[in-house]
Amino acid sequence: MKKTLNTWLPVLSVILAIAVDILVANASKHTPAAQPYFIYLLAIILTVFTVSAIASYFNAKAKVWLEERTLFVAAAVLFLNVLNIATKKLGLLPVIYFPSLDKVLGVIVEDRAFLAVCLATSGKLLSTGYVFGAIAGFATGIAVGFSKGAAYWINPLIRILGPIPPTAWIPIVLISFPTTFSASAFLIALSVWFPTTVMTSSGILNVQNAYFEVSSTLGAGKYYQIFKVGVPASMPHMFIGLFNGTCASFITLMTAEMIGVKNGIGWYINWQKEMMAYANVYAGLIIIAVTFSLLITLLFKLRDYALVWQKGVIKW
Amino acid sequence: MVGAIKVEGVVKRFPQQDAEDIVALSGIDLTVAAGEFVSLIGPSGCGKSTLLRLIAGLNGADEGNLYIDGEKISKPSYERGLVFQNPMLFPWLNVHDNVAFGLKARRKYKHNKAEVDKFIDLVGLSTFHKSYPHQLSGGMAQRASLARALVNHPKVLLLDEPLGALDAFTRMNMQDELIRIWQERQTTMIMVTHDVDEAVYLSDRVIVMTPRPAKIESYIEVTLPRPRARNNPEFLSLRSKILEILNFVGRVEEPNYYL
Repeated sequence: MKKTLNTWLPVLSVILAIAVDILVANASKHTPAAQPYFIYLLAIILTVFTVSAIASYFNAKAKVWLEERTLFVAAAVLFLNVLNIATKKLGLLPVIYFPSLDKVLGVIVEDRAFLAVCLATSGKLLSTGYVFGAIAGFATGIAVGFSKGAAYWINPLIRILGPIPPTAWIPIVLISFPTTFSASAFLIALSVWFPTTVMTSSGILNVQNAYFEVSSTLGAGKYYQIFKVGVPASMPHMFIGLFNGTCASFITLMTAEMIGVKNGIGWYINWQKEMMAYANVYAGLIIIAVTFSLLITLLFKLRDYALVWQKGVIKW
Repeated sequence: MVGAIKVEGVVKRFPQQDAEDIVALSGIDLTVAAGEFVSLIGPSGCGKSTLLRLIAGLNGADEGNLYIDGEKISKPSYERGLVFQNPMLFPWLNVHDNVAFGLKARRKYKHNKAEVDKFIDLVGLSTFHKSYPHQLSGGMAQRASLARALVNHPKVLLLDEPLGALDAFTRMNMQDELIRIWQERQTTMIMVTHDVDEAVYLSDRVIVMTPRPAKIESYIEVTLPRPRARNNPEFLSLRSKILEILNFVGRVEEPNYYL
């Protein structure tokens, strides 16, 4: 009995939300949306979880998939339901700052072309800065890790420049670069560069000396040791650096777009906020959340692929 | 035959910050013939590992010289393969790539791909080509690291307590394996060990070292025919002779406490 309930919990939660949305009268304060987008979303969830609930009786894989999600999805839908009641149905929250879910979802659907352009612009800026920052970070980290001379000259630089939040450079960077794009790309690169450098060099310094000794008795020269022993051995550290750099780059991207750049998803949010179009602000935030979370997942997949050898050694 | 080692008057000191230098080796003379199996035995701190590292070229001597086939040893080389107590396999490479490391580093891999498989087979890991080090047991990992050193066809194989981390049964199997490999490859072997039985079982000659001053106490020839029996009376008498030199026999100390 309890198991059956568990299986159908998301479906029940969705049906409840749909019933509430259809049966309860709207508060007059909200302007109606063009389409009942919230119902559409609920319908999609309903279809997915009805199908998987039925499949779970025949298919072990579907059962595991469903069991992992059932409680969370049911609770999330319930939360949306409560939110819907608080905004559209009862108008308990200030209407201008808390638009109905229909409105927020409506922006994503109706404004999708423009949002896609913004997302692409942000993506171009982020990837440009990220690639340069990561490459520079690896290079500096490897140099500092392997060369005493490089460490002597670069370490103080890292120590002084590193802890400064990249966004603090905005006043200087905006006037010293020809375009806001290059200025922002530089800031993003800077924010990726610092953690990548620090973690790469510390990774290399932490490689057991015995690995280098073994490789030298196997006939490896200096550069072979650097790239075939030092670099792979410090890879786990590098990924931590890249992860921190990714998070920092998101912050920098948003700040740069809200301050200087005249395009992109951060700029969109800021612009809509000034127009008091909060439904658009929420839509932008949802898109950012989904995109960034996808990017982080991608990085983790890449790490799992590059560090298969590490399974059972270190977990994070 | 190649792989003769000559050590002449070697002194090695480790400078200390606030104390006198630690003398790790004080005047070592040693000759190892090509194809000989020699064990260095002695208590901790007698400098046997240090001597091995000097022969490997990982450290330099403060005084004296070391030669391989008449050539002075100045830096590490694939001609002197080294196997540590800890297998030290590269964890990011699978067994095949670990064994191939030396050939790839020396740019000899393309024409010697078959060698890698040959040596993996030699140490009995044929079915573990694609396994990563964390999937191997201690004994298997040590076999892989032996193969990794052997694939370079070193003139001398330096073994720093290679079987020290293994359990007693694996250890005895590995000793037979070492003998088999040695007989097949005719490589000069210099092995550091703490285990008197192991030294007598494997070596042509056991070199007993003492700490403070760290030097060679005596050379013991082991002329027993192979394969050797661990319970042979002559084996046991050699064993007790070495223990005597190391001062572990018949020493009954008055306890300086009473229950």
